[in-house]
Amino acid sequence: MDRLTDKGMVHFRQVAGPTLRDPKNGTPCGECQTSCQSACKTSCTVANQPCKS
Amino acid sequence: MEGVLEPGKCRDGESLVHRFEVNGSRLILDVNSGALFEVDQVAWDIVGLGARAGFDEVMVRLGKSHQSEHLEAAFRELCQLKDRGLLFSRDRTQQGWYDGRELPCKALCLHVSHDCNLRCAYCFAQTGNYGGQRRLMPLEVARAAVDFLLRSCGPQENLEVDFFGGEPLLNLAVIKQVVEYAREQEEKHHKRFHFTVTTNAVSLDEDTIRFLNCEVSNVVLSLDGRPEVHDSVRRLSNGRGSYQLVRDNILRFVASRDGDYWVRGTFTRCNLDFSRDVLHLADLGFRNISVEPVVGLPDDPYSIRPQDLPRVEKEYETLARAYLERWAAGRGFYFFHFEVDLEGGPCLAKRLTGCGAGSQYLAVAPDGGLYPCHQFVGREGFAVGNVFSGLVGTEIVDKFRKANIYRKEDCRLCWARFYCGGGCHANAHLLKGSIYRMDPVGCALQKKRIECALWLKARRLQGKVPVATAYQATR
Repeated sequence: MDRLTDKGMVHFRQVAGPTLRDPKNGTPCGECQTSCQSACKTSCTVANQPCKS
Repeated sequence: MEGVLEPGKCRDGESLVHRFEVNGSRLILDVNSGALFEVDQVAWDIVGLGARAGFDEVMVRLGKSHQSEHLEAAFRELCQLKDRGLLFSRDRTQQGWYDGRELPCKALCLHVSHDCNLRCAYCFAQTGNYGGQRRLMPLEVARAAVDFLLRSCGPQENLEVDFFGGEPLLNLAVIKQVVEYAREQEEKHHKRFHFTVTTNAVSLDEDTIRFLNCEVSNVVLSLDGRPEVHDSVRRLSNGRGSYQLVRDNILRFVASRDGDYWVRGTFTRCNLDFSRDVLHLADLGFRNISVEPVVGLPDDPYSIRPQDLPRVEKEYETLARAYLERWAAGRGFYFFHFEVDLEGGPCLAKRLTGCGAGSQYLAVAPDGGLYPCHQFVGREGFAVGNVFSGLVGTEIVDKFRKANIYRKEDCRLCWARFYCGGGCHANAHLLKGSIYRMDPVGCALQKKRIECALWLKARRLQGKVPVATAYQATR
C-alpha cells in the first residue's frame, strides 16, 4: 500500500470518519427516503440513503 | 480479543473494530464512529490484539514479526486515534431514538396490479398474484390509500408512493388518476409526494414514458443482464424470453430521462458470475444499476446456498475491481449497493431503524388491505388493517416498530449494523420464521457488499477516480 501521510501517520491512512452522526436538532426528522422506495426491493441497505435535513 | 469484532466475544456497548481485506487491501472500520482506515501489516496486527493490549504486550506478541521501531510508531499512532475517538470508540446511540418510538407512516407501496405480463420463474410474488386472485386495484382504493397516508403522516413533509405489482403499468389508468389526485392534495396539506414506479418495462410505450418523465421521480426497471441470463427466468406468458423487448424499451426510456432511474436485476444460483451481468448493463449505457440476490427458500432451484457464498463473495470483489477500472477509464456507472455514502449518509436514528417496514412504510393490497411491506402482502398473519378504517393489527405494528438492530440478537454486535439497518424483515421471516432473526446467507452477502463499498471509498480517496454518491449522480 501507499505510505500513509495523514496527520503524520505512517501506518494508518484515514479514509473517512467519524461519519456516524446524531440527528440534526437532536431528534430524527424522518424526511429521508424509505430504502425500498429506491432501488432495492429485496435487500435492505440504509447507508446509501441521503439525509434530507 | 477485547474490541476486535469476533461474534460472541464482545458485550453490548463495547468498542468494536472490524478488520477486513478486499482485493489485497487491509481496512479497519471503527464500528461505533464510522471512521475507516487503510492500514499496513504492522497496524493490522497491532489492532488485531484488541483495545486493551499495552505496548509491552504488543512487543511480546509481535516482536518476532515486525521491527521494534515500526511497532512503536504504529502503537503511538493507534493511541492517538483512540484518544481522538476514531478507533475503539464506544457505542453512543441513544435509546430513546429507537426503542418503540412511534414513527408516522410516510411511505406506501401500492400494489396497483396483482397481475403480470411476465411469468418469471423466481418471482417472490408468485408471478404477480401473491398467491391470490389476479386483479387490479380500483381507483377508489388507490385514492383511499392517499387519504390514509395524509391522515397518518403527522408532520412529515415528504411522502412517498411506490406503484408496484405484479406489473403496475397494467393499471396505468389508475396510476395516472391517483397521481393527479395526490398532486391536488399537496398544497392543501403542505406535503410533497414523490412517486416511484417499479416496472418490468414490457409495456413501456411513448405515452407511458411521457407520463413517467413528467410525474414520477424514480423509475425502477427490471433487466437481469446478459440475454441468456434474463431469458432463462424472465419469460412472457407465451413462454418466450423478454430480453430484447425489455432492453429496447428501457434504452428508449433512459434516453428520454432526466430524472432518477435504476435498472434493476436479480441474480440467482444459475449466474453466480453476475458481475458479467452488471457490466453488460453498463455496456448498454445504463448509468444507475442495481443487481440483487434472489429471494427464495433454501430448496428453491434459484436460491443462493451457503456453499455458494465463497463464489459470490469473490464475484463482488471482481465487480468492485471492474467498477473502479470503469471509473478510472471515464466509463463509470453507479452500482446501488457500492455507493455507501460516508459523507452525507443518514443519521444514526435511521441506521438503527432500517427500512421502516410496518411503521414508516406500509404496503397496500388491491383490496385496500395494509401489510408491513410489499413482500408481506398475502402472508398469513400479517394483515394490519386497511386504507379505509386504518391500522388494526397494532400488535404486529408494535413488533415491527421495535425491530431495531439492538433488539435483534444477530445484529446487536454485528459490525455492519449501521450500514444495513438490520436487513430485510421479510427475508428474515421467510427464511428464519421471525423478523427478529437474520438469514445468514443474506447477511453474508450484505456484509461483503459493504466491505467492497468501503474498499472503493478508500481507492477513490486516493484521488484516482471521482468521489460521488448515487444520490449526487441521479439528481
